[in-house]
Amino acid sequence: MYLKASSLRFAHPGQSPIDFPDVELNSGESLLILGKSGSGKTTLLNLLAGLLKPSQGKVIMGGVVVSDLSEHELDLFRGQNIGIVFQKPHLISALNVRQNLELVPFFSKKNGQDIDRLLNELGLGKKASSSVLTLSEGEAQRVSIARALANSPRLILADEPTSSLDDENTEKVIQLLKTQASKIGAALIIVTHDQRVKAHVSHFIEVKAS
Amino acid sequence: MNLFKISWKYLTFRPLSTGLNIFLLALGLAIITVLLLIQDQFEKKMNQDAAGIDLVVGAKGSPLQLILSSVYHIDFPTGNIKMEEAKRLGQNRLVKKVIPLALGDNVQGFRIVGTNHDYLELYGAEFTEGKAWEEPFQVALGSEIARKLNLKIGDEFAGSHGISVGSHDHDQHNFVVTGILAPKGNVVDRLVLTSIESVWYTHDEEEAGETEESEETVESEEEELVSDSTLVDQVEESHHDKFHAPVAKTGFPDSDQEREVTTLLLQFRNPMAAIQLPRMINSGTSMQAASPSFEMSRLFELLGVGISLLQGLAIVLIVIAGLGIFIALYNSLKERKYDLAILRALGASRMQLVILVFLEGILLTFLGAVIGIALGHSFLALVVSQSEQTVVSALQPWTFLPQELWIVGYALAVGVIASLIPAWSAYQTSIAKQLTKA
Repeated sequence: MYLKASSLRFAHPGQSPIDFPDVELNSGESLLILGKSGSGKTTLLNLLAGLLKPSQGKVIMGGVVVSDLSEHELDLFRGQNIGIVFQKPHLISALNVRQNLELVPFFSKKNGQDIDRLLNELGLGKKASSSVLTLSEGEAQRVSIARALANSPRLILADEPTSSLDDENTEKVIQLLKTQASKIGAALIIVTHDQRVKAHVSHFIEVKAS
Repeated sequence: MNLFKISWKYLTFRPLSTGLNIFLLALGLAIITVLLLIQDQFEKKMNQDAAGIDLVVGAKGSPLQLILSSVYHIDFPTGNIKMEEAKRLGQNRLVKKVIPLALGDNVQGFRIVGTNHDYLELYGAEFTEGKAWEEPFQVALGSEIARKLNLKIGDEFAGSHGISVGSHDHDQHNFVVTGILAPKGNVVDRLVLTSIESVWYTHDEEEAGETEESEETVESEEEELVSDSTLVDQVEESHHDKFHAPVAKTGFPDSDQEREVTTLLLQFRNPMAAIQLPRMINSGTSMQAASPSFEMSRLFELLGVGISLLQGLAIVLIVIAGLGIFIALYNSLKERKYDLAILRALGASRMQLVILVFLEGILLTFLGAVIGIALGHSFLALVVSQSEQTVVSALQPWTFLPQELWIVGYALAVGVIASLIPAWSAYQTSIAKQLTKA
């Protein structure tokens, strides 16, 4: 069992605490986290990524108790073991496509995948030195997937990666995530309420606001 | 990829705002650089040129004008003084040494100074070529003049009356170059040095020529013409003797006529002289005495207002530049909170983000400092190249002062201060909040 999150609880300031279902996932497996908007799906993702600290419960990843790491250790752990795809691409507009990906090995202090090969696999080879401002929505999301994959993570977290994409791009993005995750043997968790995604991943858990 | 490269990319991503901030800062620092250079070099120069001169004695008038005209050779002389009176003063027991100067002529704007060899000694002048003047109308040239007018040993030139270009020429007798002085970086570089006799004779001839002409128009009798021609012969003969007699090398030259000099440079024999001599000269003679150090400190006091005004302006510019950098960093940080959160998600630590923000501010101000210093020096070089004969032309625009490192230091401090608040807010950025509020 690579990822194990048990009896997680988190309270946003001024709101009643949310109890999350336990999550267990092996390397190479995929999981959907479903739920209505506002149910706390993204909060669970943030807890798993170590971006938020749970008020109760534990996240264990490859034997490391992630929720016990110090802030600095957590930054490094996240950089080396987790790849996150956000709802919006959030690329750094001062840098070109290639430079955006070069940030990953620098900050994670880990030589991940070969950037040019990765870009080619994601059909972005020709865009390597273009400004990120010239990319289409679908291309930008693919660059952000490439960024999440660049450190060869053990766990890929995707937060509604398809919410602003059309059917064709959604299909592409989900396929990409699945094939890349199985290729590097990473566990994949996708948070979504998108019906189009459900067709591709069979395992799911549901978050319900209590 | 590294932090330095990332902050550089951010800077070049918004070239206009970056450029404006760098330019503002550079402008302020350029003014400070120019002020520093001018202040340092002027003071050094003023002290250097006045070294060894305790007192200047000349005709009554403005004491500052007297100092400027006879020590630094920039203003007009106050007038002439009687040599008899000057000689008497030279015999005073409180006077160690007296160097007489005869001023009032120029060569294409460079002043001709009639003096003796003591003047060369006073400034430690050395010859690169030739030797000092021995006879009337022989001159030694300052290095700058020799270079600018392209004169060599043995060359002849005519002086003109007055101390600025454009007055009528003394074409009766040419000066001959016998020596060229080594560059010393002081006032002598821009002077034509000769004997006092040379200056006298130039003006004698003028007057003689004018009287001859007027005589000729009035007298028309034959016998008068004969006697006139004998007179001319006599004059020629005396010219010959006079013009090839050795000149005085120290003290006052001998003369059978009533002569004048322009000013005297005095050295005191003892400290008592500093108290007694000026009072004695100012009240007991028709001359006035002025102390170079006193007059120059008075001048700097007067200029001080202008200098502090410029300094104030420079500081205002630097503060505005600092504010500009702060606002630019702060604004871009608001837009960039997403970027920072992403960097954190990629594994960057809080410290790295803080360094990133500081690096940007420091890079900006460092560029501003370097450009500002370069701008200041170039501006001075431009001013110097535009002015030929004034004191300004003796400034060295490309010497660098240790104080300029302080300028870089100040600039970096401005960068650090301007980055403090943006860096703090970068440190505080919560990744989860930033990325999920979308």
